[in-house]
Amino acid sequence: MNVKTTHTTPGLLKSPFYPRLAPFNEAEQWGDWNGYANALFYKDAYTEYFTTRNSCGVYDVSPMCKYRIRGDDAEAMLNRMVTRDVSKQGINKVAYNVWCDDRGKVIDDGTIFRFAQNDFILMCAEPALDWLMLACEGFTAISVHEETEEIAGLALQGPTSCALLKALQLAGVENLTPFEIGQFAFPADNPVTQLTISRTGFTGDLGYELWIAPEHALLLWDQLFARGEPYGLHPYGEESLDMARIEAGFILPEVEFHGALHTVNLDHDHSPFELSLDWMVNLKKPHFNGREALIKEKQQGSPWRLLKLDIPGEKVAENAILYAEKICKTEIGYVTSALNSPVTKANIALAMVKGSHIDKDIFAEIYYQKELRWNRKVRKCTVQQKPFWWPDRGRATPPADY
Amino acid sequence: MTDISASHDVIIIGAGHNGLVCANYLARAGKRVLVLEAAAQTGGLAASRQLDGGFQCAVPHSLPQLQKKLVDDLKLTDFGFRLPDTTLPTVALNPDGKHITITADQLCGASDADTLAYGEFTRLLNRFAKAIEPFWYKSPPRIGSGNWADTLSLGQFGLNLRLLGKQDMAEFMRMIALPAQDLTDEFFDSDLLKAALSWDFVIGNKLAPRSPNNAVLNQLLKLSGDLAGNNRYHTGAVTLFPGGANSLIRAMEQSAQAAGAEILCNASVKRVLMQDQTAVGVELDDGRTYKAHHIVSNADPKTSFFKLLGARHLPIQFAHRIRRNRNRGMVGKLHLGLKNLPHFNQLNNANGRLLIAPSREYIESAFDQAKYGEVSDQLAMEIVIPTLQDPSLAPTGHHLLSAHVQYLPYDIKGGWEEHKPRVLESLLNTLQQYAPTIRESIVSAELLTPKDLEQEYRVDGGHWHHGEFCIDQWWVNRPTYGASQYTTPVTGFYLCGAGSHPGGGIMGAAGHNCAQQILNTGKGAATP
Repeated sequence: MNVKTTHTTPGLLKSPFYPRLAPFNEAEQWGDWNGYANALFYKDAYTEYFTTRNSCGVYDVSPMCKYRIRGDDAEAMLNRMVTRDVSKQGINKVAYNVWCDDRGKVIDDGTIFRFAQNDFILMCAEPALDWLMLACEGFTAISVHEETEEIAGLALQGPTSCALLKALQLAGVENLTPFEIGQFAFPADNPVTQLTISRTGFTGDLGYELWIAPEHALLLWDQLFARGEPYGLHPYGEESLDMARIEAGFILPEVEFHGALHTVNLDHDHSPFELSLDWMVNLKKPHFNGREALIKEKQQGSPWRLLKLDIPGEKVAENAILYAEKICKTEIGYVTSALNSPVTKANIALAMVKGSHIDKDIFAEIYYQKELRWNRKVRKCTVQQKPFWWPDRGRATPPADY
Repeated sequence: MTDISASHDVIIIGAGHNGLVCANYLARAGKRVLVLEAAAQTGGLAASRQLDGGFQCAVPHSLPQLQKKLVDDLKLTDFGFRLPDTTLPTVALNPDGKHITITADQLCGASDADTLAYGEFTRLLNRFAKAIEPFWYKSPPRIGSGNWADTLSLGQFGLNLRLLGKQDMAEFMRMIALPAQDLTDEFFDSDLLKAALSWDFVIGNKLAPRSPNNAVLNQLLKLSGDLAGNNRYHTGAVTLFPGGANSLIRAMEQSAQAAGAEILCNASVKRVLMQDQTAVGVELDDGRTYKAHHIVSNADPKTSFFKLLGARHLPIQFAHRIRRNRNRGMVGKLHLGLKNLPHFNQLNNANGRLLIAPSREYIESAFDQAKYGEVSDQLAMEIVIPTLQDPSLAPTGHHLLSAHVQYLPYDIKGGWEEHKPRVLESLLNTLQQYAPTIRESIVSAELLTPKDLEQEYRVDGGHWHHGEFCIDQWWVNRPTYGASQYTTPVTGFYLCGAGSHPGGGIMGAAGHNCAQQILNTGKGAATP
């Protein structure tokens, strides 16, 4: 049989940073992110996690899907698609967003970068081109161009990240406010390209994301690492990022929720309210996809709510089922992500809880192993309103040097 | 509520027959109705048209789907509409002259075995038609609404099927998705007969005898009319427009006006005006605007949602389903103005519905070519000569030949401008095989392709039914879920055309059902 395929590269694709990442990856633990080799950890996830909390680390975000959306209808199209009001988003600002299907269930989340009145990039972890094409229906002055391979990206996160950027002579980088975008000639002393820096990230701490043409990716890496040692610079992998994002209370698609276009069971998808993203749903703006359903849900109450739980003891509540009573009689939800948080010294979890039980007692039934033997503990959980880790330094402008 | 100073309660975009029917019922219920028609006259696809030489014709030439209820409700006979007093036989023309004549209850020229089978065949189809009859003039249920009326409607559908009895219900479930080919093979021997009976299963849709799924449903829609009496089996009981399509449309128009509806022709709607995600009015091409509480579109779904409303006002997945709606027509229309009555070989009386379809393979082969953007030299045709019923449609002594032609692709390789003369010529060649002297009688001729129908009648895709009539675009899915109860995702915007349940054909049920939906709004009817 003659099978024609468009895949010409066997195995995982290599990001523009791969030649520098590979030597660090002593563990040779590569995961797959959109077809790209993505380090799960380089040496030790725990150590790498601490770069984002105590010094600074870099994470290769080049595999992020990037869609350039231009044209006079771009704002109106995005505004119909996402739940926040794009018309309120300033130029050179980034906004976290979700978009819903017609039933008000979340398809995916991502960030919208606004470069001009009619020039945007939508970034998301998973491909979204087919949904974007559908969402463009009815708009004429619009173009969508995928730039995933045309932009290399490095997340630089941690308390010393700003100081390191200043060491690269990027004038005024410390003045970037959270979610602001800046353009810098790069390298500062002998510019060959433009470096776009957004004060964004997935760790909840001080951090930036650096965007550059792929042919200059290694130059960026080398400049960072030439000056990085005093700032504790080290690459970090997916496992450490996952720890940081749970502390920050950030949700992950296919972990906290199933994208609405992928669920088999109709009620296995979730609305933004269920994901506790109420602040992102702007019901005051005119028609956007899912609006009618979301208005209805707002009136009637949400069947589920994603909660942040603080759990006594040190046993990680991974995969725990939640109950209304200590005797574990009435099931009321499940843990989606759990972590023994190093920085807060707390045993934390994100959990989906039935809407009718969010103000009542919540008990987690935790299973754990001791020399292969399974044990069980039932712990009463406390609901946390704020992210577990949300330091002021992450918001301060200019950030202090550490 | 939106703040508007509305001049009318309801604006209906398009004065096709469904628009006129919808306007009529609403006006009778006391609503102030304004109907806006882009053309110079009302009637839409059923509007009468002039053929050079003083002939009057229309795209539809028979009205098997019209129900007495509609004629009575709207008092159409008070406005000059005459109920047909005779039904025409169908004649399956045989090139050799051994034609088979089909009437509602018998065959003439067929074998004894085929004649016997015909009785059982029509009995079953009549029963099936009767079982689903109550659902044509009723809004489809909203699945999962929890509304008792919806649940009742669904339950009644199941009950009606059950009341067919165990054996016939089992047969219904088995036969409903069969191709015409298999179905006719089960009952009959004669190729000519099988082809003639297949015709009504496929006409009007992208269907050929071997196409599965939709043939029986297509036939049952055509059996929805009751003017031919209880035995409505269509192939054997064709009713013509007495006075042509014009008399029905004029009666519908005058009846609506008498009920209080205002009708404006030459009033082409450019777009629907929106305010706070609610349809509040319309703007015409000439800049005039009108406002109303309900805006109803008689146009096809794609024109309604994309051209008049704009996809940006719609939910994304809903808009996509409308975009994917299959609505490319495959039926052409041939009109010939003739100096005298054509003579068909071995046929004493041309006052019938004459089919040129010698075998199912003949039909299928024309379909195969149309699928790939080509046109067969041997097309199947359904011919009537309306002037035999109503001589006033032509100058004295002259006759009109009206024929549906299958299959003409919407898009033809090379374009219709290049191919139309050739296709017309090949149609005349085909006709000549059955009526050898017909060319000498021709005074004028026109061929309307699906593309012509689209342009002249403003029907996207040029489809008879504004969209394929098929199981996936039927009932609760017509035109798609979210708009199958005549309401749409946009508050105040409704559909009343053939793209909605039950579908096309001169029937008026979509217009009737839409009017009921609007009248029920606020009386506990479900809103989307």
